[in-house]
Amino acid sequence: MDAKVAQAIAPGQALAGAPNAGQGAAGAMAGALTRQRLVMVGNGMAGVRALEELLRLAPDLYDITVFGAEPHPNYNRILLSPVLAGEQTVDQIVLNPRSWYDDNGIRLHLGRKVTAVDRARRIVRADDGTEVGYERLLLATGSHPVMLPVPGADLAGVIAYRDISDTEAMIAAASRYSSAVVIGGGLLGLEAANGLMLRGMQVTVVHLMPHLMERQLDATAGRMLQGSLEKRGLRFCMGAKTESLVGGPAGRVTAVQLADGTRLAADLVVMAVGIRANTDLAQSMGLHCQRGIVVNDTLQSVTDPRIYAVGECVSHRGTTYGLVAPLFEQAKACATQLARFGIGRYCGSQVSTKLKVTGIDLFSAGDFQGGADAEEIVLSDPVAGIYKKLVIRNDRLIGACLYGDTVDAAWYFALLREGRSIADIRDHLMFGQSHIGDTGHEGKTRAQAMADADEVCGCNGVSKGRICSAIKEKGLFTLDDVRRHTKASASCGSCTGLVEQILMFTAGGDYSAAPAKKAMCGCTDLGHDEVRRAIRTPLADGTRLLSVSSVYQALAWRNPTGCASCRPAVNYYLLSTWPREAQDDPQSRFINERAHANIQKDGTFSVVPRMWGGETSASELRRIADVVDKYRIPTVKVTGGQRIDLLGVKKADLPKVWSDLGMPSGHAYAKALRTVKTCVGSEWCRFGTQDSTRMGKELERALWRMYAPHKVKLAVSGCPRNCAESGIKDVGVIGVDSGWEIYVAGNGGIKTEVAQFLVKVATHAQVLEYAGAFLQLYREEAWYLERTVHFVARVGMDAVRKRVLDDAPGRAALWERLQFAVDKEPDPWSEPARAGVDLRQFEAVSL
Amino acid sequence: MSISTTGKSTTASAIPGEGEYSRPSPPGGERWQTVCPADALVPLGARRIERAGFLPVAVFRAQDDRYFALVDRCPHKGGPLSEGIVFGNRVACPLHNWSIGLADGCAAAPDSGCTHPIGARVVDGMLQLDLAQFVRSADPHA
Repeated sequence: MDAKVAQAIAPGQALAGAPNAGQGAAGAMAGALTRQRLVMVGNGMAGVRALEELLRLAPDLYDITVFGAEPHPNYNRILLSPVLAGEQTVDQIVLNPRSWYDDNGIRLHLGRKVTAVDRARRIVRADDGTEVGYERLLLATGSHPVMLPVPGADLAGVIAYRDISDTEAMIAAASRYSSAVVIGGGLLGLEAANGLMLRGMQVTVVHLMPHLMERQLDATAGRMLQGSLEKRGLRFCMGAKTESLVGGPAGRVTAVQLADGTRLAADLVVMAVGIRANTDLAQSMGLHCQRGIVVNDTLQSVTDPRIYAVGECVSHRGTTYGLVAPLFEQAKACATQLARFGIGRYCGSQVSTKLKVTGIDLFSAGDFQGGADAEEIVLSDPVAGIYKKLVIRNDRLIGACLYGDTVDAAWYFALLREGRSIADIRDHLMFGQSHIGDTGHEGKTRAQAMADADEVCGCNGVSKGRICSAIKEKGLFTLDDVRRHTKASASCGSCTGLVEQILMFTAGGDYSAAPAKKAMCGCTDLGHDEVRRAIRTPLADGTRLLSVSSVYQALAWRNPTGCASCRPAVNYYLLSTWPREAQDDPQSRFINERAHANIQKDGTFSVVPRMWGGETSASELRRIADVVDKYRIPTVKVTGGQRIDLLGVKKADLPKVWSDLGMPSGHAYAKALRTVKTCVGSEWCRFGTQDSTRMGKELERALWRMYAPHKVKLAVSGCPRNCAESGIKDVGVIGVDSGWEIYVAGNGGIKTEVAQFLVKVATHAQVLEYAGAFLQLYREEAWYLERTVHFVARVGMDAVRKRVLDDAPGRAALWERLQFAVDKEPDPWSEPARAGVDLRQFEAVSL
Repeated sequence: MSISTTGKSTTASAIPGEGEYSRPSPPGGERWQTVCPADALVPLGARRIERAGFLPVAVFRAQDDRYFALVDRCPHKGGPLSEGIVFGNRVACPLHNWSIGLADGCAAAPDSGCTHPIGARVVDGMLQLDLAQFVRSADPHA
């Protein structure tokens, strides 16, 4: 590395950027002349992640200098345990090699500790005398291990477990000595003990509390964990207080003396009794610190807004975090501030824990102890080594503690973060997320039991081994990362649970899924609900947001033209919120909805004319046959929704095909009502109790041209034999002798989901009103691309019942709004001009 | 607004900046051909241009009225980029949603692969393409 890089502080720069003056105008002025200087103290995972996010948002904004006290570039601290256990090497856990710093023009000072910061003159000083000036300072000083203040704590052979040098000291000791004592039976202590044992040492864990990992596990799970670790060869002294460490003549530790008189032989003592935020530097600078550096939701020190802090050194709303997921959330929010977007907020995190001891499955999250007002559901099978406890309060999952079977950990954690009512799934909550009907990965549900060569993602042909190596080699931490790099679970998503499991045990237990609020896409930090609410709410001057571009402007989208994922969503939200008023933007629709046909892999299109209720006639069939001949359509196929699909139509032929067919659009290409499938019903069938074909045609005539967050499929069966397969439709209607049963939120696609019973009604008019009200609720409240099954799973069936069943005027209003929305909607095939179809797109430009 | 091309000096491996194209014109220089009125494309719109014996070309109009052209074939599975959603200076392929840069024809990381950029400019309200940069179709009967 180059020697001292002492930067002179340019006169005039002191004026640039008054403390947090919106970081806007003043900063931009300075940036035009010379780049502002950002100094980061600490070179760990949280800080470097913040820089990575910053460089992605604003690559050239800052001149960046990084000080790291350790002599290593940024590495994955979570994976120190696998290194200790001999499963990985130090080189394998490096996240950002030196070349990364070089490539991004970052000056890196390794092995130099920052000892002082002059906040008045804005200069950082390191122990070797290096001085660097800053306009923005980012503190990411991490944490110190807590050392017990017992006699002998300073003896040789007494170490903490915190960084690469501790790990190397433990590996070296394991090759020379035979017995070790680990003080502390928490997550870190047990991982250290396990690693030392795997390296051949005789290890005893001394723990002050009566059971292990008491902050994550209840007594039962803690005892089961202890039992299985004892079987592997670890020894335990529980409820034991360390009195002193005894040294030998060479000044090296030889034994641990406990308060009850026991003396344990020890050539190595590892203290793993906790960590403490490293606020030494911050305190010397006069920054307000409690258990950590106190920051606000924009990760700025409350004392000096020019100074940001992220990671384990931070105290945010009274909490300090030690797991990687919340720290990365902090890093992301901090980066948007540093990049002057000024939109990212960090509002705290839910955390979960998983032990990284190979072969032991353990997961805990939330409040797993409960309390007087909480209920517990417990499954205990000591012979199989399985214990699961779910803690529920007010119909919400508030805690989970799993031992031996953690396959549903990600699902429980999602329920916990979302805080949604579990009343309607309570009776099968303990048995996990139903995997029945998952397709594409041979029905496998336990990723850890899969071989490396086994296919996880059937859509994109991604094996477990490829996902594991991508996670390790590329340093991936989130589901989105894995999707971007491997494509696993990026298409149909049915293997998401498996991929999350692989992520959990490969990247480590500190992995946890995305924050509770999911941003719509990379263009904004707002979630779908917030965008919908903004569209629904008139502005201060009484005007409303009626176009995609006005939404982007009002909500400060990062990219003024959005992206291919948010544009169709926002366009739909506008049209569904303000029908006939909002301005449809054809450029924000997927090609299928622009061309009113389905694009195929070779760029041709498929055409599916509407046949009401699946019924057709000789003249329609004749016209279809003539069209097939005339336009040389290569394939004619009957669809699952009882329609006829003409495949391989050239784009230029589409308007002529529509006109020759003389049938309305089947909307088989749209996020809209597709088909109402019917059985023959009482008109012909000897078993039929109701006229299902007529009911189906009435539904289809009432609902066609209904755009929705995703495709919508209905079915009507004339008796409980259910030949139209109503049980797997968005709305399924089944005729019984006394009327009609309505089922909702079924799905026959990626994951087979049986529809849930909504209501039984007597008349056709009631079927229309209840089905229509449910669909309008879905149209108004679901997120774009959310099928009814996912929508109902998110909001809960109770919420649906409340709106559609219990509230009669509300139901009538929903039904009325749906009729209003579809009433004047033209058929794009017979009236393309009125439907706003761009007809120029069908004319080829040839040179 | 018009775009000038600097196709002569850059090489195919260089990553071009906005408004530059990485495909050099062959000896003989540029051959500008008027294609259609520039306003035949709406902002964030696209069209496909066909020329016998050559791969079809997609022309795009960005929100800021800059025009771009690419061989109309996604580097992934050959999807028609002219049918994609245009945003910023990128287009999303309609088949599998790869994000392709309008200026350089290259997929956004971690996907990789490029289609050929073609010189495009507007002169007197007419969109012109550089015929010298068109790519011959492999089909011997085309």
